[in-house]
Amino acid sequence: MTAFVLYLRLFQYGFRRHSTYLAAALAGAFTNTVFGILRAYVLIALWEARPGLAGYTLTQAVTFCFLTQAFIGPMQVFGRGLSFGDRIRSGDIAFDLVRPAPLLLWSLSEDLGRAAYLAFARSLPPTLIGAALFTMAGPVSPWFLPSFLLGIVVSFGWRYLVTLTSCWTSDDRGMHTLSALLTMFFSGMVLPLGLFPGWLRTVAEASPFAAMVQVPADMWLGTQPPLQALAFQLFWAIALLCLGALLTAAARRKVVVQGG
Amino acid sequence: MIETISLGRDFKVRGTLVPAVRDLTFRVEAGEFVGCLGPNGAGKSTTIKMLTGILTPSYGRALVAGLDPSKQRKALARRIGVVFGQRTTLWWDLPLRDSFELVRHLYKVDRDRFGKRLAELTEVLELSPFLRTPVRQLSLGQRMRGDITAALLHDPEVLVLDEPTIGLDVVAKAEVRSFLARLNAERGTTVLLTTHDLGDVERLCRRVLLIDHGRLAFDGSVAELRALVPDQESIEDVVAHLYLSSTRAAPRTPRRTPDADPPTVTA
Repeated sequence: MTAFVLYLRLFQYGFRRHSTYLAAALAGAFTNTVFGILRAYVLIALWEARPGLAGYTLTQAVTFCFLTQAFIGPMQVFGRGLSFGDRIRSGDIAFDLVRPAPLLLWSLSEDLGRAAYLAFARSLPPTLIGAALFTMAGPVSPWFLPSFLLGIVVSFGWRYLVTLTSCWTSDDRGMHTLSALLTMFFSGMVLPLGLFPGWLRTVAEASPFAAMVQVPADMWLGTQPPLQALAFQLFWAIALLCLGALLTAAARRKVVVQGG
Repeated sequence: MIETISLGRDFKVRGTLVPAVRDLTFRVEAGEFVGCLGPNGAGKSTTIKMLTGILTPSYGRALVAGLDPSKQRKALARRIGVVFGQRTTLWWDLPLRDSFELVRHLYKVDRDRFGKRLAELTEVLELSPFLRTPVRQLSLGQRMRGDITAALLHDPEVLVLDEPTIGLDVVAKAEVRSFLARLNAERGTTVLLTTHDLGDVERLCRRVLLIDHGRLAFDGSVAELRALVPDQESIEDVVAHLYLSSTRAAPRTPRRTPDADPPTVTA
């Protein structure tokens, strides 16, 4: 019970930490919306030339575009977002390792707080403006919400692993850049994964990145069998969190805290 | 309260083993105030990290408050307080008060005890003007007082401080020192601190451990330390003399670059 209160508090603080930077969130929402409009026109041109591409109607394609723009914030598609990354670099992580609470649950709670705030500040504006400017498909499946949440957890699980690698590499920038590229490309952020050819599509659709963006968007559109899709997300969420726990244990044994 | 038996830690740097701490054996009784001195890279921080459970020793053993730090880290965390002068445990974007609230939940301190303890610490460390200020806006002196408070909210039996006065101005230093002296005298908290500031040692520590090349080079009172080099006047000169003579006697532990498996450089 007391442990639950701690994680609830961390969730609240994650929310509040990010709400401190209102201007940043608004600027982000503005950018996400403008890019959404640009992408929408590209997709409209594409779908008018090739109707039914990737199994989407034109309305579904435009909806997909604004949904994915809305996911950038909460799913942290461009990576990072975990406070302990900087703390590994600076050596402040020493404190986190002294604390009588596991780093994984600790940062998961904070990250869910972050995502909850960004769901308001950065997901609602592009979705609402998109719906005002274009015709968008309404939420078909009641499974969207759990799928959205699992998307965030999968994204956390992946970013946790990427961030933790800097315990071994001394500098995390390379890994983060690589991770941002992989996530952008394989999540469906650039193009719906249904457009990918042959084996590339198979790989992309089986990857954890699909569970972050493509699957929740498909849940909204109702274009994937819901239980199977949720099971797929749940699999990646559990797998990544377990890997995260194992890697944390390894880091504890191996890691040398930087600096004095 | 703190005991080490031939405690040692090696670091692997580019395939070769570099000993950071070797065969360290000492005892600190409950209620003692002990200062740990030594040149940069001597192994002080490595020792502190082994005593707090952050690093696992390569050999030997340590006991703090009757617990093995590397094996019983969580249980130990509830009984010791840790302050790293160059680090912070506080949440950068949150008001100081909120960090304390998180620490309360983390260490499961009940509300009444927490309120009482925080009120005491707020008074003694004069925190009230900046309790509601986000940590990123605090001066170093204010932040250090905040960090010391955070380390003491769960009322630990042992307080371990790694360079608590580093970077502080004369007034802030004096405040931190007098607080630590009171904590030790009034509550009987065992204090172990590392420092390069000999003022800390002279004013606070009844006992000094000198670590050099990862080994215990001296263990005794400040007066005994002075007596080692009778022709030197100030304690600074005495310690400088000891550091220099040890450098001539034996090669210093190689300095480690931050990109290669980096252990502690600035002790």
